[in-house]
Amino acid sequence: MAKYLAKRIFYLILTLFIVITVTFFLMKLLPGTPLTNQAKLSQSQIALIYKQYGLDKPEWQQYLLYLAGAVKGDFGTSFQFSDQPVSYLLSSRIGPSLQIGLQAMVVGVVLGILVGAIGAMRQNTWVDTTTTVVSILGISIPSFVLAVLLQYYLGLKAQLFPIAEWGGFIYTVLPTLALGATPLAESARFVRTEMVDVLSSDYIELAKAKGLSRMGVIYHHALRNSLIPLITIVGPLAVNIMTGSMVVENIFSIPGIGEQFVKSVLTNDYPTIMGLTIIYSFMLCVVLLFTDILYGIVDPRIRLTGKAN
Amino acid sequence: MDNENNILEVRNLQVNFKTYAGDVKAIRNVSFDLRKGETLAIVGESGSGKSVTTRTIMGLNASNADIVSGSIMYKGQDLLKKSEQEMEGIRGQDIAEIFQDPMTSLDPTMKIGRQIAEPLMVHKGMKKDKAWAQALEMMKLVGITDAESRINDYPHQFSGGMRQRIVIAIALINYPEVLIADEPTTALDVTIQAQILNLMKELQDKISTSIIFITHDLGVVAGMADRVAVMYAGKIVEYGTVDEIFYNPKHPYTWGLLSSMPTLDSSGDELPSIPGTPPDLLDPPTGDAFAARNAYALKIDTEQEPPFFKVSDTHYAATWLLHPDAPQVTPPAQIVERQKKYAKMQQALAQAQQTTGPVEEEEEQQ
Amino acid sequence: MADTAKLPADSFKPMSADDRAALDSEKIAAPSLTFMQDAWRRLKKNKGAWVSLILLALIFILAFGSAIASPHDPNQVHPEYANLPSKIPGIGINGFNGTLVQAGQRIDAYKQAGATGAHYLMGTDYLGRDLLSRVLYGTRISLIIALVATLFDLTIGVTYGIFSGWKGGRVDTFMQRVIEIILSIPNLVVIVLLILILKPGMLSIIIAIALTSWTNMARLVRAQTLEIKEQEYILAARTLGESSLKIAFKHLLPNLSSVIIINTMFTIPSAIFFEATLSYIGIGISSPQASLGTLLNDGQKNFQFLPYQMWWPALVLCIIMLAFNLLGDGLRDAFDPRTKE
Ligand SMILES: Nc1ncnc2c1ncn2[C@@H]1O[C@H](COP(=O)(O)OP(=O)(O)OP(=O)(O)O)[C@@H](O)[C@H]1O
Ligand SMILES: [Mg+2]
Repeated sequence: MAKYLAKRIFYLILTLFIVITVTFFLMKLLPGTPLTNQAKLSQSQIALIYKQYGLDKPEWQQYLLYLAGAVKGDFGTSFQFSDQPVSYLLSSRIGPSLQIGLQAMVVGVVLGILVGAIGAMRQNTWVDTTTTVVSILGISIPSFVLAVLLQYYLGLKAQLFPIAEWGGFIYTVLPTLALGATPLAESARFVRTEMVDVLSSDYIELAKAKGLSRMGVIYHHALRNSLIPLITIVGPLAVNIMTGSMVVENIFSIPGIGEQFVKSVLTNDYPTIMGLTIIYSFMLCVVLLFTDILYGIVDPRIRLTGKAN
Repeated sequence: MDNENNILEVRNLQVNFKTYAGDVKAIRNVSFDLRKGETLAIVGESGSGKSVTTRTIMGLNASNADIVSGSIMYKGQDLLKKSEQEMEGIRGQDIAEIFQDPMTSLDPTMKIGRQIAEPLMVHKGMKKDKAWAQALEMMKLVGITDAESRINDYPHQFSGGMRQRIVIAIALINYPEVLIADEPTTALDVTIQAQILNLMKELQDKISTSIIFITHDLGVVAGMADRVAVMYAGKIVEYGTVDEIFYNPKHPYTWGLLSSMPTLDSSGDELPSIPGTPPDLLDPPTGDAFAARNAYALKIDTEQEPPFFKVSDTHYAATWLLHPDAPQVTPPAQIVERQKKYAKMQQALAQAQQTTGPVEEEEEQQ
Repeated sequence: MADTAKLPADSFKPMSADDRAALDSEKIAAPSLTFMQDAWRRLKKNKGAWVSLILLALIFILAFGSAIASPHDPNQVHPEYANLPSKIPGIGINGFNGTLVQAGQRIDAYKQAGATGAHYLMGTDYLGRDLLSRVLYGTRISLIIALVATLFDLTIGVTYGIFSGWKGGRVDTFMQRVIEIILSIPNLVVIVLLILILKPGMLSIIIAIALTSWTNMARLVRAQTLEIKEQEYILAARTLGESSLKIAFKHLLPNLSSVIIINTMFTIPSAIFFEATLSYIGIGISSPQASLGTLLNDGQKNFQFLPYQMWWPALVLCIIMLAFNLLGDGLRDAFDPRTKE
């Protein structure tokens, strides 16, 4: 296990290194400088700004400096807000994104498990049909459409929740719902398929033959076996939430990193885009590592060999 | 109960499966008895309804199953009239089952100790410690070496044969009255098969349980069973003691089964197999379902179903060939051999026990 | 014993050849179908998938047909007819009859705009352009982007997957590592970066989506290839010395087809979704071109007052997504031999 972990962490670092390197040189291909957003400046002013951003050095030096900085969490200075280090900008914004993202993940997956399990237990009845329709709708409706509808109907019309800005828990409700719909639908679908499979398996038949009650069979045998594989889709779901948050945070004017990403893209704020790319990649890598380890812990078949799949 | 000695009596069982294409008539009027302490083998081709029969007894049929008629009397009570809750109390306590494939019949994510102990915890309300202690005993009994350390292992850490031993331990932990073994050795290789069959026989004596032994392989029946019922297309077509079925079979289908069974003296020739395929149970043919594949078929086979004809007190077969008006036919050579052997055996037996009265009356069916 | 007294005299004659022939003919031999025919038959039984297929065909015909004959010119501006709501002849329900609520009163917007004779089925946008024509136009653009991107990603993904699975060993391990690295950045982020480099526009969107979304296909195809590779007929072909390329086309691809088809059904909606998100963010298709994403973005701005401007494109987008998903599900079931009936 320890060896496996060490290997995985090594790969995580290697991956991040590659991500940083590739993004850095991609960004160098881009037109535009910190000056693009500013009014006419004198030569000396330009030189000064170049120096401030370290653009006066050769590229390989810039790269090494950037790499050294990134390790310490320093991603340079924003082009758009010339007085703000990217790391400061992002650290003040990551809180709301994490909160909404985690809430959406938890709410979505928990409800998804419930919906999926109920569907599987009532297989081929109207209950099953309803849950299937709900999940396929959840997958098909883009989160930004849902966000606008929620904002209008629950926020503006019903006045149940604030429609924008960031304040307390109540402000997180609508964005959480908008972002949580896809994880809900995806996990419901996944759990249903998985559980239908499990319920028709031989070991469930044996559990019934032992005299376990219906609920006993579900609780002691079916649930664990159908939920363990759910861990494998947490990574893709995290990607989905990150992607969705870019638009949803915009719609609800939430000061998170998703909103910042869009803003930076529209203003060509390259250092911030790079910092965000690295942060997104870092978060995703951590989620994938975490789910892999978790899978190893909960599935006895993987525990011994120490590798997934 | 019609008979004191019977632990289980199945009467006129008819089971259909509702499908989009119509009703699959999987079990068509099946009756048989299971005596106390005996092993009854049910033999038949794939799809003949063996598993459906056992699942009906266990009350574990698929949701589209429709039990049209019949009764299954266990200790004077009809299992078909029991509520789901009552059946839960019987399953794993009075009637237990061993399944075909040990590779898939254990929960992959649960320690085997827990899986063996579960029936105790469910039926006897035992606490974990006590149940595990008994599970450990059972593991030793079914021949799992080093049971103390293996009790915390998971199924994937065991070989197929070991897993089947575990499944047997699960089934027997509550000392059930009836054990249903649905092809318990089909998925195992031959040497392991013998071990498992021996283990079952050994345990049957220790635990004194009656066994319904399902198989499509007549080969394993000889050493295992006391009586044999042959099933075809959802019906029992012949039943009798092992000797009667093996040495004096009357139904052409049984002939076919026996002929396609490898024996020591079948000198490496290609084994004859029964031509054709079983009938479509969505729409079973009128008359004898076996007629189309039967080289000895009579005209009446296409018109009317044969009733059971009595061969001896313990031996019945449903074929028109046994009707007094039917022409004499000569069964395949191999069967004739067998019948000759049987005649000799009977003679010897008759001389040995001239004074003994007839065996108990067998209930006549149909 | 059963009563057999009244049996006809000839009952116990051996069965005649005619009788036997009659018995044999009774057996309705299930027609043997090829794998594809069988799948197709099962697909037709799946109502959801079947309706989806028809809906998609209809949407394709309308969207691409509108390139030749559109109800109106999608780019024709009519400032005087701006923001007219939906008016569908013969339907009197509010919301579809050309009326809207203004200052607490329901008025006929068409009369007010002096367009009594006209009816725009989906209404008009803020420049008075016919929304139906724009939605058809946008759908066409979205579909083109999705289809072309999917075509690329199919080629990349399938080739990559076959190669990786076929080679096996270190090459395979390395190629899988590369996929893992790509997957460690959210796709949309990569797409955005690529578009920034390539300059926003339809072509860069296609390239960006194509370059990022093949990984799933590659993984599935690889897994399947690994499995098929070990099969006897492939081994036979190899020992007979058939060239790798020939084996790939003759033996591998046909057996991969179900995986590829199913996955394509899920790649297309995800490409549509990415395109819509990009347009929504503001780096997608730019005006006067339109895609479903840009229409949604435009409509959303006025959703409070002119909800139909978002509802229509949203509806079409959701239907397309839904239909592809249902069709994908249906195909998966149809190709799965386990779901026999
Ligand atoms: N749930 C079901 N729905 C429809 N038909 C079924 C169902 N279960 C069983 N059958 C049908 O009932 C018949 C008997 O099946 P059964 O499983 O009892 O056969 P079997 O004798 O156990 O064969 P095997 O040796 O293959 O286990 C088969 O024709 C099967 O197709
Ligand atoms: Mg069976």
